[in-house]
Amino acid sequence: MSSAAATPPSVDKVDGFSRKSVRKAKQKRSQSSSQFRSQGKPIELAPLPLLKDVPTPEQPELFLQKLQQCCTVFDFMDTLSDLKMKEYKRSTLNELVDYVTVSRGYLTEQAYPEVVKMVSYNIFRTLPPSESNEFDPEEDEPTLEASWPHLQLVYEFFIRFLESQEFQPSIAKKYIDQKFVLQLLELFDSEDPRERDYLKTVLHRIYGKFLGLRAFIRKQINNIFLRFVYETEHFNGVAELLEILGSIINGFALPLKAEHKQFLVKVLIPLHTVRSLSLFHAQLAYCIVQFLEKDPTLTEPVIRGLLKFWPKTCSQKEVMFLGELEEILDVIEPTQFVKIQEPLFKQISRCVSSPHFQVAERALYYWNNEYIMSLIEENSSVILPIMFASLYRISKEHWNPAIVALVYNVLKAFMEMNSTLFDELTATYKSDRQREKKKEKEREELWKKLEDLELKRGLRSDGIIPT
Amino acid sequence: MAGADGDDSLYPIAVLIDELRNEDVQLRLNSIKKLSTIALALGVERTRTELLPFLTDTIYDEDEVLLALAEQLGNFTMLVGGPEYVHCLLPPLESLATVEETVVRDKAVESLRKISHEHSPVDLEVHFEPLVKRLASGDWFTSRTSACGLFSVCYPRVSSTVKAEIRQHFRTLCSDDTPMVRRAAASKLGEFAKVLELEYVKSDIISLFTALASDEQDSVRLLAVEACVSIAQLLPQEDLETLVMPTLRQAAEDKSWRVRYMVADKFSELQKAVGPEITKNDLVPAFQNLLKDCEAEVRAAAANKVKEFCENLPEDSRETIIMTHILPCVKELVSDTNQHVKSALASVIMGLSTILGKDNTIEHLLPLFLAQLKDECPEVRLNIISNLDCVNEVIGIRQLSQSLLPAIVELAEDAKWRVRLAIIEYMPLLAGQLGVEFFDEKLNSLCMAWLVDHVYAIREAATCNLMKLVEKFGAEWAQNTIIPKVLGMANDPNYLHRMTTLFCINALSEACGQEITTKHMLPVVLKMSNDQVANVRFNVAKSLQKIGPVLDSNSLQTEVKPVLEKLASDQDIDVKYFAQEAISVLALA
Repeated sequence: MSSAAATPPSVDKVDGFSRKSVRKAKQKRSQSSSQFRSQGKPIELAPLPLLKDVPTPEQPELFLQKLQQCCTVFDFMDTLSDLKMKEYKRSTLNELVDYVTVSRGYLTEQAYPEVVKMVSYNIFRTLPPSESNEFDPEEDEPTLEASWPHLQLVYEFFIRFLESQEFQPSIAKKYIDQKFVLQLLELFDSEDPRERDYLKTVLHRIYGKFLGLRAFIRKQINNIFLRFVYETEHFNGVAELLEILGSIINGFALPLKAEHKQFLVKVLIPLHTVRSLSLFHAQLAYCIVQFLEKDPTLTEPVIRGLLKFWPKTCSQKEVMFLGELEEILDVIEPTQFVKIQEPLFKQISRCVSSPHFQVAERALYYWNNEYIMSLIEENSSVILPIMFASLYRISKEHWNPAIVALVYNVLKAFMEMNSTLFDELTATYKSDRQREKKKEKEREELWKKLEDLELKRGLRSDGIIPT
Repeated sequence: MAGADGDDSLYPIAVLIDELRNEDVQLRLNSIKKLSTIALALGVERTRTELLPFLTDTIYDEDEVLLALAEQLGNFTMLVGGPEYVHCLLPPLESLATVEETVVRDKAVESLRKISHEHSPVDLEVHFEPLVKRLASGDWFTSRTSACGLFSVCYPRVSSTVKAEIRQHFRTLCSDDTPMVRRAAASKLGEFAKVLELEYVKSDIISLFTALASDEQDSVRLLAVEACVSIAQLLPQEDLETLVMPTLRQAAEDKSWRVRYMVADKFSELQKAVGPEITKNDLVPAFQNLLKDCEAEVRAAAANKVKEFCENLPEDSRETIIMTHILPCVKELVSDTNQHVKSALASVIMGLSTILGKDNTIEHLLPLFLAQLKDECPEVRLNIISNLDCVNEVIGIRQLSQSLLPAIVELAEDAKWRVRLAIIEYMPLLAGQLGVEFFDEKLNSLCMAWLVDHVYAIREAATCNLMKLVEKFGAEWAQNTIIPKVLGMANDPNYLHRMTTLFCINALSEACGQEITTKHMLPVVLKMSNDQVANVRFNVAKSLQKIGPVLDSNSLQTEVKPVLEKLASDQDIDVKYFAQEAISVLALA
C-alpha cells in the first residue's frame, strides 16, 4: 500500500547496462537527516568550564547547562561550517560520557528530563531516503550517518546513563515513555550498522529496566515486522530487533502466554517469506529454536508453517530452510517428531531430488546427524516409503556424482534399518510408477470430460458461464 | 434444475474434492482455477449446499491457491443461482478476507466489493453489512484492515440507522491501535467520503482526516494526503479554507520527507481540487518550497509536476506567477546536485515553452534547455531530446536548430547508445524542417556514420532513418547522396557492414522505385550471393525476396532466379531455407 509512495519512481532504469557498475564506482556515501540542513547562520555556544574544575555542589547545575548546550545539532553534510563549535560539542559530549560513568550524586531529578531531551534532540530525526531504490544490503555499501562523530557520543552517553548505578527507572519512566520508545524503534531502520548496534543496546537496557514498557515494545516490534513482511519488505534493523527478541523469548515465563504463541505463528514464521531472509535468518532461527525449547508442543505448528512457506524458486532460501529445520530437529522430542514426520519427509524427499545440488546435498546431510538418524530409524516404516521413490530415481538420474554417492549411502542406511520393507519397495517400484501414471491419465480424462460439459452447457445456456 | 440431465452424477463431488485436496500444489491450483467448471458440473444447488461449505470449512492452503479461490468466487454469482443466492458466497470470502497474506486479502475484498453490487438492498442489510461489522471488530488486524475497503460499497444502499453504524465503525478503525489498520482506513478515507452525505463529510470525515494527517506514523500521514484530494473536491469552495487548508499546509511542511514527497506527487490533483484562488495564495509558495526541498526525492517529485502545475494556473496571472515565482526555482534545479532531479525536470521543462510563448522561451528557457542538453547525465540529455518537438512548435525549427545544432552533433556521437538512438529518431523531423541543403551540409555525414555504429539497434535505426529521408527528399536525392555510400559498404571487410548494405536496400528499394533498384541495387545484391559468410548469403536471399515485388518479371526470371537456385543448394542450412522461402514467395519455382 504505502510502499509505492515511499519509493519514488526509478529514473535510472533507462540504460539497463550501467546500473551496478556505476553504483560500484561511487565512493562511500554518507548522509544526514533532512532537518539539519539549510540553515544559514553560524552557531555560537559560549564555552563552559570543565565539570572537574568546579566545586562539587555546583556540578549538577553545570551538568544541566552542558546538556542544554548539547541539544544544538550541527549540519555534518557541510564539512566546512561551524568547525570550532562542532569540536567543542564533541569534547563536551566526551566529558559528559566520562562524568556519568564515574561521578556520584549528579543525577538530580531535574537532570532526567534534560538528559532525555538532549538525547531526543540528537538522535530522533527523519531518516533520509535510501540512496539507491533497490538497496541490496549484500551488494551495496550502506549509507553512513554523517553526524556520527556526535551521534556516537550521544548514544554512548545515553547507555552509560541507563547503566549508571544511580539511575532510577521510577523517575525516568515519566520521560522515557511510549512515544520515546516508538521513535527509538523507528531509528532501527537506519542504514548505518554502527547506529543500529548502539540502538540494540539502548533498547535492551530499556526493556530490562522499564517493566511497564515491555508489552508495548513487543507490540510495536510486532507491527514493524508485520509491515515489513506484508507491506514494504524494507526495514534495515530486522536482524537487530530479532537479536533482542531472542533474549526476550529466553526470559518468557512458562506456560507461554497466548500473545507470545501468536507472535511465533503469525509474525516470526511469516518473516521467512521475505526476499532478504539471508540478512536475518540466523537470528530468526535462533528465536524459533528458543520458542521450541520453551514449549515443545509448538513444534508441529512451526514445522507446518515452514512447510507452508517453503521456497518455490529460490534455492539459497531453500538451503537456509533446511538448515533451520535441522536446528529444530536437533531439539525435537520424539513424540512431536511422530506428529509431523509425514509432511516433513514429503518435503525432504522433494529437496533430495532437487536438481540444484546444494539443496539436495543439504537435505542429504541430515543422514549424517546422529539424532535425526535415530528418529528416522525408529520410524523407518513410515519414512522409508515416502523417501524411497525419490532416492531410487536420483540414484539413477542425478547429474551430480557427489549427490549420487550420498544417495547410495542413504539407501544403504535404509537397507540396514529395514531390509524387508526395502526389498518390498524395490520390488513394487515399477508397478507403483505405473499406477501413478494411470492415475494421472484418469485425471486428465476427468478434466477433459468436465471441459466438454462446460462447453456444451455454455452453448446451451448462451453465455451464462463467466470466463 | 441444471443438473437434471444426469451429467453431474458422473462427477460425484467426492472426486472433485479429491482434486482440490491433491498433494501437489500445482494440481490443487489447477483445480481451483477451474472451480467454475466444477460448479457447473455440480449444478447450482449442489454448488450451494456442498461445494461452498466444503470450501469454507476445509480449505487451509497455500496463499497461491487461496488467491485463485478468492478471485474465482468474485465471478460465481451465476453459478450459485444468480443474485438471489449471491449471499452464499459471503462465508468463504469472509474467511479469505482475514488471512495474513495481503495479496489474498486484497483479492477477497475485491471480490466482496464486486458481489456487493449484486446484493439486493435487503440482502445487503441482512447478510453483507453484518459481515462488514464482524470484520471491523475482528481480533486480528487483518480482518479490520479488510473491513476498511467494504464500507463504501454498502453505505449508499442501506437504511439510515445502518448508515450511522457504518460511520461509527469507520471512525473506530481510523483510531485503531495498529498502524496497519489506520493505514488501511486512511487509504479508504477519500473513497468513503465520496459516498457520504455532505453534512457527514463535514462533521465526521474532516475530524478523521485531521487526526490521520497528524498521526504519529508518517506512513499513515502520507495516505491522508491522498484523501485530501477527494475531500477537497467534495466540499464547497468557502469551506476549504477552514476545513482542509490547515492540514494541507501542515503536510507540505511535514518533518518526514515521505509526506512531503506525497504532497509533491499529488500536487496537480490537489491544485485542481482546491481551485485557483487557494492555488495562488497557498500552493504557489508551497510548490516553491517543494522545489527547494532538502531531499532530492521530494525535489524530483515536484520537478515532475512543474509543467502541469504551470498549465493549471489561472490564466490571468499565469505568466506573472511562472516568471516571478516558478522560473527562478526551475533555474536552480537545472544545476541540481542530484541527477534524478535534473532528469525529472528535463522530462517536463520543454512543455513550459508552449505556456510562455516564443519570446520568453528564447530569452529564458532556451539557455536552460541548452544547459540540460549538455548535462553530464545521459538521462537528462535524453529527456530533453525526446521532447524537442514541443519547443519546435513555439519557436520554429530554424531558431531551434541554430542554438541546438552543435549540441545535437555532439550527442550524435554520445557514448550512450540510447542517446544516439533518440537523436536518430529526431532526424527525419529535423531534416524535413531544415530542407535538403542544410541537411546535406550539416547532418548527412552523421546519418551515414550511424550505419557503421557498433550497436545493432543504432544501425537498424539508421537504416530506417534513411528510408524516411528518402521519402522526404525523393529518389533522385537518394541516388546522388546516399546510395553510392550504401552500396560502397558492400565491399567492407566487416561482414556486419556488408549486411547493413542489404538492410538498407531492403528499406530503400520501395521508396527508390524500380529503376534505381534494378539498375543499382540488384547487381550489388546478386554479387553478394558469393559472400564467404553464410549470414550475408542468407540475407541476400531475404533481400531478394524483399525487393522482388519492385523488380520487373524479366529481371526476376533471368537474374534473381538463377542466384536463388544456387543459394537453395548452398551448404548452409539457413541459406538453403531462406532461398527456398524466397523462391516460393516470389513464385519462381
